[in-house]
Amino acid sequence: MGRVFKFHNDVDTDQIIASQYLLLPNIEEMKVYTFESIDRDFAKKVEKGDIVVAGENFGCGSSREQAPSVLKALGVKAVVAKSFARIFYRNSINIGLPVIISKDLYDKVEDMDQIDIDLTEGLIKLSEETLPCTKLPPYMQNILDNGGLISFLNQEEA
Amino acid sequence: MGMTIGEKIIARAAKVDQVKAGEIHTIEVDRLMSNDGTTHLTIDMFHNDLKHPKIADKDKLVFIMDHNVPAENPKTAAAHRKMRNFAKEHNITLYEGKGVCHQLMVENHVCPGEFIMGADSHTCTYGALGAFGTGIGCTDFLYAMVTGQSWVLVPETIRFELTGKLREGVYARDLMLSIIGMVGANGCNYKVMEFAGEGAHNLDIDERLVLCNLAVEAGAKTGIVEPDEKVIEYVESRGRKAENLFVSDEDAEFEKVYHIQLDEIEPVVARPHQIDDVVPVGEAKDVKIDEAFLGSCNNGRIEELRVAAQILKGKKVNDHVRFIIAPASNEVYLQALEEGLIDIFMESGAMVMNCNCSVCWGSCQGVIGEGEVLISTGTRNFKGRAGHPDSFVYLGSAATVTASAIAGKIVNA
Repeated sequence: MGRVFKFHNDVDTDQIIASQYLLLPNIEEMKVYTFESIDRDFAKKVEKGDIVVAGENFGCGSSREQAPSVLKALGVKAVVAKSFARIFYRNSINIGLPVIISKDLYDKVEDMDQIDIDLTEGLIKLSEETLPCTKLPPYMQNILDNGGLISFLNQEEA
Repeated sequence: MGMTIGEKIIARAAKVDQVKAGEIHTIEVDRLMSNDGTTHLTIDMFHNDLKHPKIADKDKLVFIMDHNVPAENPKTAAAHRKMRNFAKEHNITLYEGKGVCHQLMVENHVCPGEFIMGADSHTCTYGALGAFGTGIGCTDFLYAMVTGQSWVLVPETIRFELTGKLREGVYARDLMLSIIGMVGANGCNYKVMEFAGEGAHNLDIDERLVLCNLAVEAGAKTGIVEPDEKVIEYVESRGRKAENLFVSDEDAEFEKVYHIQLDEIEPVVARPHQIDDVVPVGEAKDVKIDEAFLGSCNNGRIEELRVAAQILKGKKVNDHVRFIIAPASNEVYLQALEEGLIDIFMESGAMVMNCNCSVCWGSCQGVIGEGEVLISTGTRNFKGRAGHPDSFVYLGSAATVTASAIAGKIVNA
């Protein structure tokens, strides 16, 4: 089970992690600034296993991989949105952060609700009902299952 | 079955005869660009996470420092040093402070028909030369740097059939903002935006760069203008070969076709904080501004500087406005010097910066404070993009930005 942190439509990568933090030496130093402009205390509140839920076009804007990386580093288990911007989506899979498209979840949960996501079964479990998630194409699922593109590469070359 | 331009470039890169939308292919990447926004992290991953660290082909790599140059604090300086040292150690082409990455790539590297990945979302700019440029993160960059390859989910293509010419005083930037306003900020998510028709061929290379550069702001994987004689001339004049000029087949499949009459486009601005909140300049008239910015990978070229200089000549920047101008590359800067444009800017009270991402990046220079309003030729008007989270960015053409800098409020040029 994880708590829901709910965000609106068109959350861009500047809002996830602003430009002025991108050249810090590493993700650990950056992660405390996650969502700074829209939820200043997010990094303090979020715990391992929590879930980010958003509307349309989550992660639009820049290609900064720091955006999914800070979420993963803070322990976010998955991001569930009505739709994702493509570079964020691809980056998330590459670093092994599950990104799940669900048109229905957004309107069925509130901030801080407890939900459970079963990634292997592809199911989102709410208190009253269970929603199916969209499946990734097998090629992309394989990258995610391997823990991201670099683990995948290391195994390819093993 | 016919193919679109995007499909033809992917097929070439995948070394297959035919691809179609929805397929996943492994491709050979022709060129890889990375800038100082993420390269330090890529280098750390190269050293720490790879079982067999190696570089497939150093000649495909270009490193460019343009986001925070010159460094504004010791941590940036350390990130830059890491990038500089790595480039030196591996003999990778490196530009430092020579211009905005996409402008330098277009001036010096991009060839038609190439498949290029860049660790920057505006890599889609290269479609102006008939190439497939697309933005990636540093993990994708690292994978491609090590293997020379990447994977691509072939996108569907949305075609924009352009006819006629833009009216005087209306610019490619007005056209592209209008298109984004029409389709929405995710209206082309994961698609190729293909610009074709005689209207597209009427546009010069600098105007095509403006269109393709903002394709990602409609969610697109890339934007490509059907290449023609103008592309051959541009590329060959810079000593490169223009061999693979792909155009879509007559029976190619498009997800959708929009018809756009260029002479119907009017000057527009995108209002904060949504790039698709696009209205005629008149509707934002009289919004008081604190800062104006001319520059960025979208709009810092010589053509835009000329437009600004023409409007500024003999006039003064408003006392309440900082007008910041950053030419997109050294080549552009030198040309502007030669034409006397820099004199006009300085005499008017504008600040001319070194060639870099400047205000558009919101972290290096010209950052705006709480409650302040910026009108910009940059790429984005996201909340907080130019500085304080509670500040406001309007996007407009070089003409609108310059006229507004003089008036102290948003006005039509």
